[in-house]
Amino acid sequence: MTGVVQHAGKSGDMAAAGPEVRLDAEGLESRELNARVRRCLAEGAGAVDIRNICGHRYLADALDSPVDITLHGTPGQNLGAFMRGPRILVRGNAQDGVGNTMDDGEIRINGHAGDVLGYAMRGGRILIRGDVGYRVGIHMKAYADRLPIIVIGGKAGAFLGEYMAGGVIILLGLDTQYPAAPLAGRRLGTGMHGGRIFVRGQVPPELLGDGLLVDRADGEDLALIETQVRAWADAFGRDSDAALAVPFSRIRPASGRPYGNLYTGMD
Amino acid sequence: MHTERSEKAAACGTPLTSVWPSGHFDWQKDISGCGVFGVISRSRALIPGTVPVEAMRLMRDRGNGLGGGFAAYGIYPEFAHLYAFHLMCDDEDALERGARTLAEHFDIHHSEPVPTRKVARVGDAPLLRRFFVKPKEVRTRWAFASDDDYVVNAVMFINARVPGVFVASSGKNMGAFKGVGYPEDMAEFYRLDEYKAYIWTAHNRFPTNTPGWWGGAHPFCLLDTGIVHNGEISSYGINRRYLAEHGYECVLQTDTEVVAYLLDLLIRRHGLSREIAAQVFAPPLWEEIDAMPRERREHFTALRTVYGSAMLGGPFAILVSDGRGLMGLNDRMKLRPLVVGEHGDTVYMSSEESAIRRVCPDVTRVWTPRAGEPVMVDLDSPRPAAETL
Repeated sequence: MTGVVQHAGKSGDMAAAGPEVRLDAEGLESRELNARVRRCLAEGAGAVDIRNICGHRYLADALDSPVDITLHGTPGQNLGAFMRGPRILVRGNAQDGVGNTMDDGEIRINGHAGDVLGYAMRGGRILIRGDVGYRVGIHMKAYADRLPIIVIGGKAGAFLGEYMAGGVIILLGLDTQYPAAPLAGRRLGTGMHGGRIFVRGQVPPELLGDGLLVDRADGEDLALIETQVRAWADAFGRDSDAALAVPFSRIRPASGRPYGNLYTGMD
Repeated sequence: MHTERSEKAAACGTPLTSVWPSGHFDWQKDISGCGVFGVISRSRALIPGTVPVEAMRLMRDRGNGLGGGFAAYGIYPEFAHLYAFHLMCDDEDALERGARTLAEHFDIHHSEPVPTRKVARVGDAPLLRRFFVKPKEVRTRWAFASDDDYVVNAVMFINARVPGVFVASSGKNMGAFKGVGYPEDMAEFYRLDEYKAYIWTAHNRFPTNTPGWWGGAHPFCLLDTGIVHNGEISSYGINRRYLAEHGYECVLQTDTEVVAYLLDLLIRRHGLSREIAAQVFAPPLWEEIDAMPRERREHFTALRTVYGSAMLGGPFAILVSDGRGLMGLNDRMKLRPLVVGEHGDTVYMSSEESAIRRVCPDVTRVWTPRAGEPVMVDLDSPRPAAETL
């Protein structure tokens, strides 16, 4: 039994204890690979290590056990969608739709990721070493003890946190392959009505959507930022002190109901 | 909207069952979630057809078997000075009409069936024949047109007026191989493993609003220019009317057709660069233009004023190929994926990164072009800049 990692946080008390199983995805279609993963879990595997991942879709979707899954390669669309519990490590880049409507667990991507990562995410954590594409963290939401968190080590495309209703996005801009680009694309936080986006350093105002408050992160948020940035740095062997050496900007919605008056009010 | 097609169908006398599905008059538009792939060797090293085929096979789930196709450049070196017409014909009579029409307008140096294999998953194929031709010296029609304009006129004439015949491609030293099926099945059917090219584009179609038919598969080609497209051209009606004013007839019932003709109009006839054509297709928002320095502001204001009807609305990721190179472009809101990869002097463009890695595990740089910013890679040119996020 190798490679079994105890789970931290909410899933910790139900950590996986079964043996690690190694799979080879070469020549397998997405459906078959996912079926094999599920079979392994049904037979008591506590960890699954899969080589030769290349474009396989829907990996770990809707899995609800605290299993460790390591993916070597570039997984396809909708990695970890609807999942509740697994801890996924991607040794490579990820494509579009990572963590779609994810509920709990963790995805670590040791590379860059594509568009709409964390769409409608409502729990768990996604750590990305590098850059992410457009529309990341849109429609994120939080409720009671469910607080979805995305930490982006690099830069982000436009519409980051669009329509965000809850949760936390932390944008570091450190590990990027686009040194000349702004930290994020335009329309950052457009339509946001809940949650917080923390940006390392200053936010160029032209990137921001309407109806947002921007100030310097303080109070309890500082502890949250420190915890999450250290988790990001630990995951990818980065220097957490350097990452935390610069004050963070905090972006919040000015109103929790920005369009309340548009349809029903007296405006 | 489709009157001329209906007349053409009626003139044919028999129902067009193979390339022309029934109920086509109900078609309004084409919404799709497709897959695109392109590869170019800047040094013109010949890339086997298995490369784009394997990339498309990996992205099989992006399509639904109702359209697949490829364009290949550098495949007819022995006829490189001649226009290569790939004809799709409903039946023997249609083929005869097509051949006769070509013979009336061109000197035909060589013609042959497009080589195919029998593939169980590819049914109801039209008759496919390729003709290597030169415009006649003495012309009964379009006497004052340049050779390229003459060919464009001939393509429009055949597609709109010759019943049962469609031109899949009409460029030099290139050809389109497309039809109804998954891309890997079309590749098997067209024996693409027997071709090598220095530029390939490929398409996997997922038509959601319109039936797939052979002429409606991508790529859409006119002269040397080919286009594959993932998305929906929601400005199709505006673009189509604009093109009609310039002599282009859209009769292939797929929105992407307008992009092929717009490229011909903007680049070949109006002499715009591909970069400016890309700015016409995906211009900055007015709020962005307002914030620009005066010269750039005037540039984009002029472009949007003059070429407003050539702007492409809606989501798209397109790959444009021609005899010179390969260009990738996203819509300005980045509503479709596009990834670029590089290895040596070979550049890949794809809907998914994994498809690039499938055919080039050692790819050295992988990046994502920003919305509305074209990535252009030319033959015999230096390596492309990795555009920013």
